[in-house]
Amino acid sequence: MLKVRDVCSHIRSKNAGPFWITVDFFFDGEENYRRYRNSPSLNDDLFARLYGADTRFFKRVAVDSLKIIKISYARPHAQGWLHERDMHSGQQFVPLLDVPLEPVMALD
Amino acid sequence: MSDTGTDIAGGTKILVPTGMLGAGIRESDVQLGISRGAHAIALDSGSTDSGPSYLARAVSKMNKDAIRRDMEVLMAAANKAGIPILVGTCGTCGADAAVDWTRDIVIEVANALQIRPRIACLYSEQSAEQLKVKNSQGKITALPPLDAVTDDTLAACDHIVALMGPEPYIRALQGGADIVLGGRTTDTAVLAAVPLMRGAGAGPAWHAAKVSECGGQCTENPRLGGVLMTVGTSGFDIEPLNIENRCSPKSVSRHMLYESSDPCLLTEPGGVLDVTQAVYLQLDSRITRVTGSIWRPMPYTMKLEGASAGPYQTIMLIGIQDPEVLADLDSFHDRLKEALVRRIEDTLGDEAGQFDVSLRLYGWNAVSGRSMPKDSIAPHEVGVLFVVTASSQDLADRMAKACNPYFFHFPIRSNIELPSYAFPFTPAEIPRGRVYEFRLNHVVHTNDGHELTRMAWTDVSEAPSKAFTYA
Repeated sequence: MLKVRDVCSHIRSKNAGPFWITVDFFFDGEENYRRYRNSPSLNDDLFARLYGADTRFFKRVAVDSLKIIKISYARPHAQGWLHERDMHSGQQFVPLLDVPLEPVMALD
Repeated sequence: MSDTGTDIAGGTKILVPTGMLGAGIRESDVQLGISRGAHAIALDSGSTDSGPSYLARAVSKMNKDAIRRDMEVLMAAANKAGIPILVGTCGTCGADAAVDWTRDIVIEVANALQIRPRIACLYSEQSAEQLKVKNSQGKITALPPLDAVTDDTLAACDHIVALMGPEPYIRALQGGADIVLGGRTTDTAVLAAVPLMRGAGAGPAWHAAKVSECGGQCTENPRLGGVLMTVGTSGFDIEPLNIENRCSPKSVSRHMLYESSDPCLLTEPGGVLDVTQAVYLQLDSRITRVTGSIWRPMPYTMKLEGASAGPYQTIMLIGIQDPEVLADLDSFHDRLKEALVRRIEDTLGDEAGQFDVSLRLYGWNAVSGRSMPKDSIAPHEVGVLFVVTASSQDLADRMAKACNPYFFHFPIRSNIELPSYAFPFTPAEIPRGRVYEFRLNHVVHTNDGHELTRMAWTDVSEAPSKAFTYA
């Protein structure tokens, strides 16, 4: 199974305010985007496992014109908490690079 | 509405010289924007992105020299062109003291340039007492993931600000302001204010402002300065201020993704911007035109931000290249941490109170804090950051000093000569100050954009202390 790093040309993470983190997956080409935009692999359980995120606060949006998926999840702790290790969340995308993606062939 | 776009070409032009006042504004950028007929210069000077410390202390992240230098460029050009300057979220956090700090720099610059602008300061800091009343009236709503706010939480905040919309800026300009210095404001509102005042379409005005909020971030080469937004009734054009730079449909539409959790909807004071149906067109080689942005008016709300100061930290740093340690880092970490906690308990006893020791292995797993896979290759060296957190700076310092010899000499196994790891500094312990915390993620419902804001005028011909306030 191909991994996120194989089908995305770029992936980035950043705070979306002090209480959320947002991750943008820029897919490499139309075909990769169509095959993986609905992949069940990028789900709330994955983010709970990788980051301890609460599955109640999980948003996933696909933007066809940009061939991206945006996933946002609540920070387990607000920005700057006692054990903060990534103030701007700029490095949080890294564990996602090696996530295997199950494809979904879309007909549209 | 116009299909030919003449309303756009003849629309309101806002010069956005940078995404952050103090980041370094180029005079040539400002000149290009003014030569295009800019009606105003507008820019942001704040963010929560650097953490809760600035709001909790009501101070700026940017140094005074950088603010002064950028304001010199802007004020000289704006004065000559006869156009106003609007600055949103002064001093990073937009607390009242941060607005005044910025105002004093602006007065210095005005005196140096020998100009006499009318300065309006807009304040949006809120007292806990006032917000408790709002809360008791059910007028404060939590945004996920936080729960309903309690009076205790409001009281615990050192500073609370409400994010202003464009209305106070418009009132200041209509009152004759040459320079408007705003407290905490949404990044977009300060840029949308003049187009809205001059009758531009609300959808295009807010969308143009969202696209331009980070200056050159919406261009093909974000390092080449700011942008000019031209807003009509049916849409807007966006053009880089550097002649070599370009705005493309991709670079412009991509910016809606940036640091926001929803790429299509953006909630602002008094409404929601919906760009689901927006159409991006390459107008010429440098300019992108956007139409189809929709503004949906909503009951007026202002987002609240609040922050407080917590316990104190002291840190120490060592470097380790010893291959025996590097081959067994996880166990080294666990045993060292245990020894340091015991050392604090032994030396400070009950006086230690609640404390926390954290060791972060840079070069191994400091950023994630998670265990490394079993087959991970040992690094060539690691930096070990020691962080102790206690209820006072004095206690944290004493704990770090007590830990110093253990941190410095902790052996990987018994029966060996004690190693000495590589301290880069002396003294080794560094008092780091307090831990700060964001406490609010709520909105307050208001009658309009003015209810929770205040305006004060400064006449530069007078001394700063003569600043006076209109109710």
